[in-house]
Amino acid sequence: MSVSTNTAPQATGARQVSWYEASARTRVSQLLDESSFKEFLGPQEREMSPNLKSFDLPEQFDDGMIVGRGLIKRMPVFVAAQEGRFMGGAFGEVHGAKLTGLLRASRDIGSIPVLILFDTGGVRLQEANAGELAIAEIMRAVIEARIAGVSVIGLIGGRAGCYGGGGLIAGCCSALAVSEQGRISVSGPEVIETNRGVEEFDSKDRALVWRTMGGKHRRLIGGTDAFVDDTIEDFRETALSLLADTRPFTLQTLHEEQARLEWRIQQFGTSADAIDIWRSMGVDDAAAIPEMTYAQFTAAAQKIRRPNHAAR
Amino acid sequence: MQDLTFTHEVAERATGNTKLAITGVVASGNLEVLVERALPEKQCVVKIRTTVRGFDPVWKAVVDGFVERFPTGGLRFSINDGGARPDTVSLRLSQALRLMEKTEQ
Repeated sequence: MSVSTNTAPQATGARQVSWYEASARTRVSQLLDESSFKEFLGPQEREMSPNLKSFDLPEQFDDGMIVGRGLIKRMPVFVAAQEGRFMGGAFGEVHGAKLTGLLRASRDIGSIPVLILFDTGGVRLQEANAGELAIAEIMRAVIEARIAGVSVIGLIGGRAGCYGGGGLIAGCCSALAVSEQGRISVSGPEVIETNRGVEEFDSKDRALVWRTMGGKHRRLIGGTDAFVDDTIEDFRETALSLLADTRPFTLQTLHEEQARLEWRIQQFGTSADAIDIWRSMGVDDAAAIPEMTYAQFTAAAQKIRRPNHAAR
Repeated sequence: MQDLTFTHEVAERATGNTKLAITGVVASGNLEVLVERALPEKQCVVKIRTTVRGFDPVWKAVVDGFVERFPTGGLRFSINDGGARPDTVSLRLSQALRLMEKTEQ
């Protein structure tokens, strides 16, 4: 059964809405062809977290994870979307199991790619062990799907970013697309500051957070395959082009990925700030990168020697 | 957490034929409303789970006002509330009802 949700009709410009501002349900319905989304375990099933009750915390009917299938320019895809405003999009037992199940279905079918719309702070602390296990299961399921020939594409541009276990899962994907607002990392700013001190990382310094973890930096150092504008339309077009360009996943791919990451740490491992990295990559006006518009940044990024994005 | 249920006998069936709709998110100061066309035509039920205890009279006033203003017969509203203000609750209830008013072919 399809769930009606309040999304503007897909008439002129409806897909021009901000990905960052949109809810997970709006992202899914506008990313896909009109009315093509069919949800699995929808909110009416009330498949909610079994653990939040004991903490006297409110539940959400879909546990913050929307999974299903649909069409993107008439191509069948599986879709999973996290709602970043519910508990920071964090992974719990049910939330994680819904994604694991979707990925295993894609592995068994072997021909339908998966789009993961990340928006997460990582594991839900109230469901710590179940959440950590979910991350491990999802990472395995992503890899198994890819071995079976399925592309798993991550789309990142939500307000919670893609942190903790979400960052690990993103690292396992076939390809990633990120907007300027999307941040990808494992330990978040507050976590680093708490553990290593404010001299190591000042989480209150928003400019520092964005240039260390934000979409522009990830694009420049090859942490993402595509940099997109913050509209649902651009995420849709980019998802299509990433789906059209997927390579087989073998042991050789992993060796190449390892070499790529080793090269990166050799090149940039001693840099104290992202701006130093951009400068050493040959960006003309490195300090101006954070202020650049989407168009200016895309032009600047294309001029520099592109780090090896190929392996994954 | 507190659970509240309000059952109303109403005069009119809710318009449209949409079976199911959802709006909102469970977050601080926000709520989600799930609506199902699952009851007899003259009945409306609003079930609430809220993080804030002790506001029973406010909830009753908001739900009474909503059911009085709009035809809601046959609908079951299920709310997960993260501590929304009464005006936000009214807004979400109206949004949810609007979604149900669509006629699907």
